[in-house]
Parts: sequence; C-alpha cells; structure tokens
Amino acid sequence: MKKIINKLNKAFDNKVRLGIMSMLMVNDWVDFKTLKEMLDLTDGRLASHIKSLEENEFIDVKKEFVGRKPLTSYSATKKGRKAFSDHLDALEELLKNR
Amino acid sequence: MDKRNEHLETLSEIRSLMERSSRFISLSGLSGVAAGVFALIGAAMVYFYLEITPFETKRLYYAVDPSRIKWGMDYLTFFLVDAALVFLFALAGGIFFTTRKAKKKGQKIWDPLTKRLVINTAIPLIAGGLYCLGLLYHNMFGLVAPSTLIFYGLACINGSKYTLTDIRYLGICEIILGVIAIFNIGYGLEFWAFGFGFLHIIYGLVMYYKYEK
Repeated sequence: MKKIINKLNKAFDNKVRLGIMSMLMVNDWVDFKTLKEMLDLTDGRLASHIKSLEENEFIDVKKEFVGRKPLTSYSATKKGRKAFSDHLDALEELLKNR
Repeated sequence: MDKRNEHLETLSEIRSLMERSSRFISLSGLSGVAAGVFALIGAAMVYFYLEITPFETKRLYYAVDPSRIKWGMDYLTFFLVDAALVFLFALAGGIFFTTRKAKKKGQKIWDPLTKRLVINTAIPLIAGGLYCLGLLYHNMFGLVAPSTLIFYGLACINGSKYTLTDIRYLGICEIILGVIAIFNIGYGLEFWAFGFGFLHIIYGLVMYYKYEK
C-alpha cells in the first residue's frame, strides 16, 4: 500500500495542477485565457500553479503576438505526459486494491 | 473509504475536463431534427415541381421533362435554389438550437473547439459541394443525390472527432445509403429524403433524449 502511495506524484496532489495537465494531455497547445475560463480560476492562482509545473519541466511555454496582444500558450512535455499517466495509473491501482 | 471516494472523484473530474476541453459538446439534437424537417420539405418541393409521386416509376426524376419551366425557373435553377434553401435553413436551425443549448449550459459558442469542428466538417462538405457542381456541369444529374450522401457522411465522420462521438454512426449510415443509392440511380431523391430527412430526425431525437432530457 505504502509503495503505491509513494508513486502518486507530489506535483499532482493539487486539483488545479491536475486540471491543467488534463487539458494539456488532450490538446496540443492551450492558451492562458482558455485554461483560466475552463478551470474557473483567477489570474494569480493559475499563474502560480503554472509556474510550479514549469519548474518541474512538465509543461512548455510559448509566447507569441496575435495582432498587438501577447498570447501565452502551454503544452505538456514528454516528461509531464509520463508523470501524469503514471499518476493516473497509481490512482487506479489504489482504487482496485481496496 | 473517504480517500477512495476522493480518488474516484478526482478521476471523474479529470475525465470531464479532458472531454470538455477537447470536444464541442453543445451540439443540440434538435438541430438534427430541424435539418431533417427542412430536408423533407425540400424533397417535397421537388416532387411538386416535377409533379411526380415518390416511388412512382423508376424514371430518372430529372428527366421527366427537361424543358419544363415552372414557377419561373428551369429545373436546374430550381434544384440549385431548392438545395441552397434547404442548406441555409438547416444551418440556421443548427445554429439556433446549438446556441440555445450552449447558453443554457453556460458554455461558449465560438471558441477554438467550435472552430476546429467547423473547419474539419467543412473540408469534406466543400469538396463534396464542388464535386456535385462538377456533376451538374457534366449533366450527370443522377449521381448528385448519392454523392451528397457520401460526402456528407464523410464530413460527419471527420467532425465526430471534435464533438459528440455519436455523429460518427450517422455518418456511417449516410455513406452506406449513398453507396446503395449510386447503384440504384432513379431513386436518388427517395434515398436523399431518407438520408437527410428521416435519418436526421431519428438521430436528432436519439441525441435529444440521450443528452438533453
């Protein structure tokens, strides 16, 4: 039991970070505004969680200009995808074992 | 036990987020019903215009009287106007019911998901439309109805990746119908009315009761 719990990734113990990763798993690039609206968060909260995922190298950041407005988009890295699916596997295992 | 419920909840939240962020799920079943009704009206207009009844004879319906001018239009103009009207009314109905459903659910109408759905459905549809204009240009009228069914079915299947997956089955049915129709030229209008009329209505009602009731 302990072993499986250890497999649960600390980076994903937060719902917001899990939510961000869920969206990035099924989309190539998602911009800040879409993440914010879908997860119903304030700019500040979303930014802090994005930062921590970035520090873990789970997501890539792309900054571009659409017209004159800056647009920041995110995508999941290979490392992030692996960590996320391992986390999901661990969750499933936990559910099976009880 | 609490922990278990929490994990289950987390998993279902993840699933729902993945679904909502990658598919446009506000497509209303009623838009299918509306499209079906307009298609049947459009087909009925053709029968009135040509003064024939469904399954009357295995005559090429467009060859009944090629020189006829009725309601101020020759039959080619009439077909094009009729088809354009059916398409516009069906589109308007689709936009109306889908907007209404999205509003009710508090979802956005025009976002990257809708754009992706529209673009991917439009590609086979536009290709099919141009192809059918080519058929008309070469006077191959009998091939038009089966071709519209096949291209429309392909468009549904292509779009199904970006919206409710059920639309895939509608697409498969339309393609099967189109293929049968191309070997039964002369019953094109009957097949067309069945595919665009009845199948849309049945599909729309199933979707409506499955997701909106």
